[in-house]
Amino acid sequence: MNIIEYKDVTFRYEGEDENHVLPLTIDGVTLNIEKGSFVAVLGRNGSGKSTFAKLANAIHLPESGQVLVEGLDTKEEKNTDLIRRKVGMVFQNPDNQIVATIVEDDVAFGPENLGVAPDEIRRRVDDSLKAVGMYDFRLAEPHKLSGGQKQRVAIAGILAMQTDCIVLDEPTAMLDPIGRREVLSTVLRLNRERGITVLLITHFMDEAAQAQRVIVLEKGKVLMDGTPRGVFAQPQALRRCGLDVPQATGLAKALADSGIKIKTDVLNEEECIEAILAARKE
Amino acid sequence: MVRDLTIGQYYPGHSLLHKTDPRVKIVLTLVFIFIIFFCQNFFSLGLMVAALFAGVALSRVPLKMLLKSMKAITFIILITALLNLAYTTSGNVLFSFKFFKITDEGVYTAVFVAVRILALIAGSALLTYTTTPTMLTDAIERLLKPLKLFHVPVHTLAMMMTLALRFIPTLIEEIDKIMNAQKARGADLESGGLMQRAKALVPILIPLFVSSFRRAYELAFAMECRCYTGGEGRTRMKQMKLKGLDSILIIGCALLLGGVIALNLLFKAYNLG
Repeated sequence: MNIIEYKDVTFRYEGEDENHVLPLTIDGVTLNIEKGSFVAVLGRNGSGKSTFAKLANAIHLPESGQVLVEGLDTKEEKNTDLIRRKVGMVFQNPDNQIVATIVEDDVAFGPENLGVAPDEIRRRVDDSLKAVGMYDFRLAEPHKLSGGQKQRVAIAGILAMQTDCIVLDEPTAMLDPIGRREVLSTVLRLNRERGITVLLITHFMDEAAQAQRVIVLEKGKVLMDGTPRGVFAQPQALRRCGLDVPQATGLAKALADSGIKIKTDVLNEEECIEAILAARKE
Repeated sequence: MVRDLTIGQYYPGHSLLHKTDPRVKIVLTLVFIFIIFFCQNFFSLGLMVAALFAGVALSRVPLKMLLKSMKAITFIILITALLNLAYTTSGNVLFSFKFFKITDEGVYTAVFVAVRILALIAGSALLTYTTTPTMLTDAIERLLKPLKLFHVPVHTLAMMMTLALRFIPTLIEEIDKIMNAQKARGADLESGGLMQRAKALVPILIPLFVSSFRRAYELAFAMECRCYTGGEGRTRMKQMKLKGLDSILIIGCALLLGGVIALNLLFKAYNLG
């Protein structure tokens, strides 16, 4: 079953005046996001990947075509609220999406807006904070947390709304490596354990390698769409649109190019080590 | 530096006063201030000071912290005390120098006024020491709810206060960053006269403004994505319910008011001003 469907979607930002029409940012995208899947969207700056994400919960509305969230058209205003109850969004800058001065109050913000009963909010807040591993910080002030912790609080805020899908728009772009790992492992766990659909916009190959499906956008069009293994098997095509393969994959490829017989469809360090060990034995 | 910053002057704790309903605390603080102005002699004021000490003991806020919050106003207290000393001319003259006279009544009034101001400040400081800024804004929102009848956007105002509180540390951090960036480009922020320094602030304020608006824009998106549509139909996780403790405090305050009136009448002869 599909949770989000893009049907021949185009979108462009408004120019400064009528004579100044900007080119299409999203140019005829058609694809489906399956319920419960973990999808990564890759693309260089300006490829339209962030816009693609914002089409999913009616922040942006398509110029032509349709975006359907569980069958609801984002273009219809009466659907906006319903759609946002289904698709939550985590943004790049953790500072600009935390509303309250105390962690648990911030997590409660979403369910409060939905009009959930107080006891139920309390339960959801505790549950969500435990799920992202921030329960011990529930009374902390957000500005005293690290970037990774803030981003996990933001994720908990969406979890507490019990949305079916979380869209993360470059959630790790402003974080250090530790923060990135924290956020990604949290998202992965939520996808596996709770079956929440994850749409992760990123420009880190290592993060995309952990998804079930990778979509590569270039100039507003879908350039590649497949499993990480399939996508990263085409380093030339990726490099042409300013992207690269994960380091481990790149290393295996480089070794293979220099004449060593080695498996090249590796995605992470462990697989790469295995491949190198196997190559050494031969 | 910014990481250690606590907004307001909240002193974390679990004392009885911390647990009191913030609405009750706000109202009682106002009542407390009112009663202090109602005191007319040292006996009734003494009762209020005693009540204040009881409050401090209940809050478990160290006396030292309370004194610290009064440091800032010692100057004001001194001035008002001196003025009272100089302008009271009735009573027995204790000391005179040309046209300048100090009377015993003047001394009493000066001390009385100083103690009154100190009690006022300590009383309201107790409120901010035992209540988080979030609780305060929450309580204010609830207390002002009746104003909705007159189309005052109470929820919006409270939300603005919460967001302002939330972004104070963020913006301080931002100012710090911008200042460093401008210094790295050779900006001179420390030397020169007042005008020059004010001018040097322009390249700090403009980027701060620009980034604040960008933040506001992003924050608005983030809030909309979390289904925020204003105060209508919102529930709150933290409910405020009056408990036994709150009624005890209210009754205590009522007794205080009664005591003050009784002492005012009983020692009428000692009333000042």
